[in-house]
Amino acid sequence: MGKVVPITGNYAVAYAAKMARVQVVAAYPITPQTSIVEKLAEFIESGELDAVMIRVESEHSALAATFGAALAGARAFTATSSHGLLYMHEWVHWTSRARVPVVMAIVTRTIGTPWNIWPDHSDFMDQRDTGWILGFGMDNQEVFDLTVQAFKISEDPRVYLPVMIGLEGFILGHTTMPVELPDQKELDDWLGPRRQGYVIDGREPLAIGNLAWPEDTEEMFMDIQKAMEEAKQVIKEVDESYGKLTGRKYGGLIQCVGCSNAKYIAIAMGAWAGDLIEAVQKLREEGYPVGVARIRFVRPFPIEDLWKIINGVKGVIVLDRAISFGAWGQIYTDLVAGLAQYTRNLPVISNIVAGIGGVNVTHTDFYKLVKNFVDIVEKGEQPPVFTWYHKR
Amino acid sequence: MLKEIIFYGRGGQGGVTAANILVSAVLREGLYGQGFPFFGAERRGAPVMAFSRISDKPILRHGMFYDCDVLVVLDPKLVSLGLTKRIEVRDRGVVVVNAPDNMVLEKKAFTLKGSAKFYRVNATRIALEKKLVIAGWPVVNTSMLGAFARATGLVSINSVAEAIKEYFHGPIGETNAEAAVEAYKQTREAEVC
Amino acid sequence: MAGQDLIIEPIKYRVPLSRPEKGVAGKTGFWRTEKPVVDKEKCVKCWLCEIYCPVDVIRVEPETGPTIDYDYCKGCGVCSNVCPSGAITMVPEE
Repeated sequence: MGKVVPITGNYAVAYAAKMARVQVVAAYPITPQTSIVEKLAEFIESGELDAVMIRVESEHSALAATFGAALAGARAFTATSSHGLLYMHEWVHWTSRARVPVVMAIVTRTIGTPWNIWPDHSDFMDQRDTGWILGFGMDNQEVFDLTVQAFKISEDPRVYLPVMIGLEGFILGHTTMPVELPDQKELDDWLGPRRQGYVIDGREPLAIGNLAWPEDTEEMFMDIQKAMEEAKQVIKEVDESYGKLTGRKYGGLIQCVGCSNAKYIAIAMGAWAGDLIEAVQKLREEGYPVGVARIRFVRPFPIEDLWKIINGVKGVIVLDRAISFGAWGQIYTDLVAGLAQYTRNLPVISNIVAGIGGVNVTHTDFYKLVKNFVDIVEKGEQPPVFTWYHKR
Repeated sequence: MLKEIIFYGRGGQGGVTAANILVSAVLREGLYGQGFPFFGAERRGAPVMAFSRISDKPILRHGMFYDCDVLVVLDPKLVSLGLTKRIEVRDRGVVVVNAPDNMVLEKKAFTLKGSAKFYRVNATRIALEKKLVIAGWPVVNTSMLGAFARATGLVSINSVAEAIKEYFHGPIGETNAEAAVEAYKQTREAEVC
Repeated sequence: MAGQDLIIEPIKYRVPLSRPEKGVAGKTGFWRTEKPVVDKEKCVKCWLCEIYCPVDVIRVEPETGPTIDYDYCKGCGVCSNVCPSGAITMVPEE
């Protein structure tokens, strides 16, 4: 039986890394991530966690060291935010293309300039072409659960890809909420020992990253695409078996709230999906047939699951907390591109970009936005395809 | 029953710690809680808010709010400067103020959406009596949690005391818990003019 | 790390790994345009040529001095450059 503790989202990540028995942590401090690594340093110093903390001089080295430790056979972990993540970008690609299981937490924060420490998804969505599996939590409990699950997913031989777990800075990172920690023994049995495809530890001559011919290179990248497809099944299996262990099953790549009889679907990812669910619950009480599909994994993109609930609805409103300048929100773009394989007869789909740079968007905003969208479609009118929702 | 609470104090007074201890206290009573700082950089001495939510159901909403069901003021100066006007107290709200005995509480220092009950306690004196002083500042956050329990009835003083002891460990936890219990006893409904 | 198990379950996908061994790129000796020739009289057995050789084809023995594996020597000339006693000369290939 688990124990419920009041902890911040950042501490939930640290507890998850500790309970997954990570052996190496290499990290560099950055707001709003820092308290994850501070907590892990505490665990290591007190002897509660048998691991090595590598203090590096930059994020570029942080992921390089994490990657190296993982190559050598250690369960390795790091965490960062925003500019730190951008600085390690080269190693982000290296890690996935080398097919090395690694878990990294991203405490999301917007990107400067102007200098800003508040949360949106700009840094996280910037990673979607890297070959990492990208998961995102809605509350501290899910952040804990996802981080633990990330090791299981990453180390599955069908996947062998690194995993990033996202949580918004402050909104989850610095907010205290109850989190149930599973029994350590039960978790050990469930997670099992570290598993990877190969090790480079100096015992036999082995080189990584040698020059490869174009065809060889392309085949390796084609394999990453195949592994992403297989990861969809693995993520669902892990959700299922973790659900048996803890009683918490989220639904795999997406979580649906009230989708089965909905004529309208609202899509969002992250903590504000909670505010969206609260708003939609109120709208349903008022007779609006709206459901919420919450994105838990943005890579691999859950298009099959989304199509199942979107097929037949009248309208879809997609809420993005990041923007691809010159185009639209990234979830919207991926969704519309993905739906093209199923139908030429799309429902009305609107994209709202909001909450950028940490703008506080809450259930009252979502209530207005979703209600307005449904009202327009019901009148037979076409709502704008793209709106940057800004309150000032 | 979702209640939203703002702890209004000055950076370094422990508003965030109070918000977090409150979460731990309500968990002991089978409730759900959230506690978080104002999102941004820490600023010692500046007026800062900390936030809590308490509910009998899992809390879905996140983020900051500037109107609340309960306003806890850690520093009387924020009232005399009129800064407390920045926060809207909802109808049938509760305001709890750390006030010196001779301080007159005036309604005009607050923004009230409807009726509100006012409570006061001299938490600064309790802190000084208990020798709870850090870096020259009386530590009033734990006393104000005791006052909160008395004023709102949303959580028992026992749970507050237990949560404080767990948070601080050892003798300092005991002293802080005693301060909370003392403040609980001394908190009175206040007259406002 | 003590007490930690590690399972190596081979990956079914292709990965950018290679096992360095002699001759993986074929007999690269024919790439040479110039060949290093050692004058064993001048050699002081300082081992610099062996240390510097980028393809690891030189062995220096205390008794016999340097021998070069011409099957794989590409004729880069580094050994000749670092030799402090001028014992290695680059001679054009036929």
